[in-house]
Amino acid sequence: MTKRNIPEIAIEPERYEFQEPPLHHFELDRRDFFKLVGGGVAVFLLLPKGLAQESGRRGSGFREQLPENIGAWLHIGENGAVTVYTGKAEMGQNIRTSLAQAVAEELHVKVDSISLVMGDTDLTPFDMGTFGSRTTPTMNKQLRRVASVARDVLVGLAAKQWNVPPSLLVAKDGKVLETNGTRSLSYADLAQGQTLAQAIVENDPLTPASEWTVAGKEVPKINGRAFVTGEHQYASDIRRPGMMFGKIVRPSAYGATLESLDASKAQAMPGVTVVHDGDFVGVVAPSELDARRAAAAIRASWKTTPQPSSAELFEYLKSHAEPGGRGEYEAGSMKDGLAAARHRLKATYTIAYIQHAPLEPRAAVAEWDSGKLTAWTGSQRPFGVQQQLEEAFHLSKGNCRVIVPDTGGAYGGKHTGEAAIEAARLARAAGKPVKLIWTREEEFTWAYFRPSGVIEISSGIDRQGLLTAWEFHNYNSGGSAIRTPYEVPNQHIQFHPVKAPLRQGSYRSLAATANHFARESHMDELAHQAKMDPLDFRLKNLKNDRLKFAFTAAAGAFGWKTRKPQKGHGFGLGGGVEKGGYVATCAEVAVDTKSGDVRVVRVTTAFDCGAVVNPNGLRNQIVGADIMGLGGALFEAVEFNDGRITNGTFTQYRVPRFHDTPEIQPVLIDRKDQPSAGAGETPICGLAPAIGNAIFDATGKRIYSMPMAPNGLKKA
Amino acid sequence: MARITEIRVNGKRHAIDADAEATLLTVLRDDLGLTGTKFGCGEGQCRACTVLLDGKPVHSCLTPVGDAAGKQVTTIEGMAENGQLHPVQQAFLDAEAFQCGYCTSGMIMTAVALLREHPDPSEKTIREFMQGNICRCGTYPRIVEAIKRASAAMKKS
Repeated sequence: MTKRNIPEIAIEPERYEFQEPPLHHFELDRRDFFKLVGGGVAVFLLLPKGLAQESGRRGSGFREQLPENIGAWLHIGENGAVTVYTGKAEMGQNIRTSLAQAVAEELHVKVDSISLVMGDTDLTPFDMGTFGSRTTPTMNKQLRRVASVARDVLVGLAAKQWNVPPSLLVAKDGKVLETNGTRSLSYADLAQGQTLAQAIVENDPLTPASEWTVAGKEVPKINGRAFVTGEHQYASDIRRPGMMFGKIVRPSAYGATLESLDASKAQAMPGVTVVHDGDFVGVVAPSELDARRAAAAIRASWKTTPQPSSAELFEYLKSHAEPGGRGEYEAGSMKDGLAAARHRLKATYTIAYIQHAPLEPRAAVAEWDSGKLTAWTGSQRPFGVQQQLEEAFHLSKGNCRVIVPDTGGAYGGKHTGEAAIEAARLARAAGKPVKLIWTREEEFTWAYFRPSGVIEISSGIDRQGLLTAWEFHNYNSGGSAIRTPYEVPNQHIQFHPVKAPLRQGSYRSLAATANHFARESHMDELAHQAKMDPLDFRLKNLKNDRLKFAFTAAAGAFGWKTRKPQKGHGFGLGGGVEKGGYVATCAEVAVDTKSGDVRVVRVTTAFDCGAVVNPNGLRNQIVGADIMGLGGALFEAVEFNDGRITNGTFTQYRVPRFHDTPEIQPVLIDRKDQPSAGAGETPICGLAPAIGNAIFDATGKRIYSMPMAPNGLKKA
Repeated sequence: MARITEIRVNGKRHAIDADAEATLLTVLRDDLGLTGTKFGCGEGQCRACTVLLDGKPVHSCLTPVGDAAGKQVTTIEGMAENGQLHPVQQAFLDAEAFQCGYCTSGMIMTAVALLREHPDPSEKTIREFMQGNICRCGTYPRIVEAIKRASAAMKKS
């Protein structure tokens, strides 16, 4: 079996999302499978050629009995319990609920009668990971297919039992009923005594969004109560018998190598194990306090090398560009486009590194049992972490299980398995289960960052205010949403990768935030050159109906044309298309001219992600994206020098809080005629340019850097 | 090193054997298994670890367990009575004032303290009192809404 090397971290999730046909098709071994899972009815979705997320490995437990190319599966037990198995992970984006809604819709059962087993490499089908806003467009659809087939299987069982054609029967509220009769059988009755497995590949007809009765509704979070009682167990809450506590002794800088180590004092502490393996140094102790004390007692000296600092970051990015950027796009001739222009504009935009800062820092519990490793950790890629562990410890297939409990925030920041690898290394040395919870400073330093970037735009518009030329170069930020949605006959668009100074990776919406900030700030400046209203200017240059509608909807709800900003206030807007979603945001800011303080007063974000699956969860995601985006727009920036993060605490690194929160109005554009797209990311894209354009409206000052006002406007 | 042998949590006495310098947070989570209280920063900057000490909100990640000896500690696990949610918990659930939920225990405990001091808080008072609590999912508007609802519910009862 060949092994696929998944890149450890990539700048864009699209790089993970290569799609290959499955290598093998195996028949289900029904007998073994039902021995494990119990009797009843099971339906497996086999991914067709071209769609399978190939794993190239076999897990253990249920997965060992299953074909490789399974996307998801569902089991109806002999007691009628419905269990859905998916490799996706829940980290606050509410897919546990929205996926249950999809199943409930097709299976015709109550949402709260469905259990989802998620992100467990022994129990759930292989999944590349939860990122790129893919859960709703893919997994949601796949589970609906599985559930709709399961419903047909149950109807078929009843038809057989009653010896009537299935067309005379209907599934409703967990039962199969006769349409013209009085007989009924519950799903439990039907599943009783069965060991019926069905695998499906083909697309089955699904209930159209216009006929949804469960999906599309305001279903509350299905395990919500566990969050308000403190019962929900995150990875950091897992406790195992005999569990010890770990602590890592970190290098003094990135890339530092260990020169000398004196661990004698730590080694002498009761119950402490010191682990030294190359440049890895850590301790295991009976309590968190003992672990901290032992780590503090270790004397280590490190050899460091000079590294770039945040003060010189943007010059560094420009001068260290490498060839090989993907997706270069050219149309017409920039020369002709600029020659035809009445107004020309050139501008450079910069984007600082920022950190995800999920409130639950990386955490893991690792346990070895007869050479088999089990790790509980918070991650967006359970199977990616499994692969990292297998490689780190040279484990053969079936000897590593990763379990991802619903996680305390990720935002693109938890694609990797550092804490699990470290905990596993410590646990192996100690011979006992070990829990490792990263400190906030470790999370700020040893996780990874949203890429910084430099973006250069050169453009032209004609006398009518129509774009004639658009040249766009992105250094390091990434290619997400790099193409303009506006109509421009002459274009040159290019992403330039850079050997980046910090470890960087995914982040909510990735480079789409940077690219939208640059593009929509630039569009605003062009609108002013053309002496046009910024909304009218955008609409004039757009053909994309869904984006036009989003702009119009946001502007209408905000009062773009009907309200005027008071003195010291300004209005701004920004928007675009990304990951199948169409977003437009209007913002009102207030600028205190004396202090330079910028306050976002109110925000309206209109969002079209096709047919809305859960309006309640969607509003939470839109408002959350605006608030998270506000930090990167105004004040978040990672500072570093010589391989050290110099503001890696919440005391120094400011994130949005209650006082920063504007009045936010989400506007849901529910397109029941369009497929559902993911909603966790794209709503963040319009906010930063809307704020920047509003600052310009208030002050006449144009800001070209994110964050825009880290110390207020004066010093920005 | 001084040892602490007893701690009162949620109305119950617990025999423990902890270093007085261990944080209240680790004693609650690791010794007593009360994992509803979360670690967020260890700096007193996010309040995910908030518990009540004699009714006052404290950062349990910075409070040595020695400081809690002889006092009443209240954690999120002590809020519901006989399966009945505290009005603040109920309001958070009704408003779905959480996404990943990791900040929720700390938010609820801080809000309980807020409503004891200010039974009928203005929005400004809520924001000021809650300013030290971080929610990275950005659920702040719903949390404000939940606290208002809880205030109304508590006035009625």
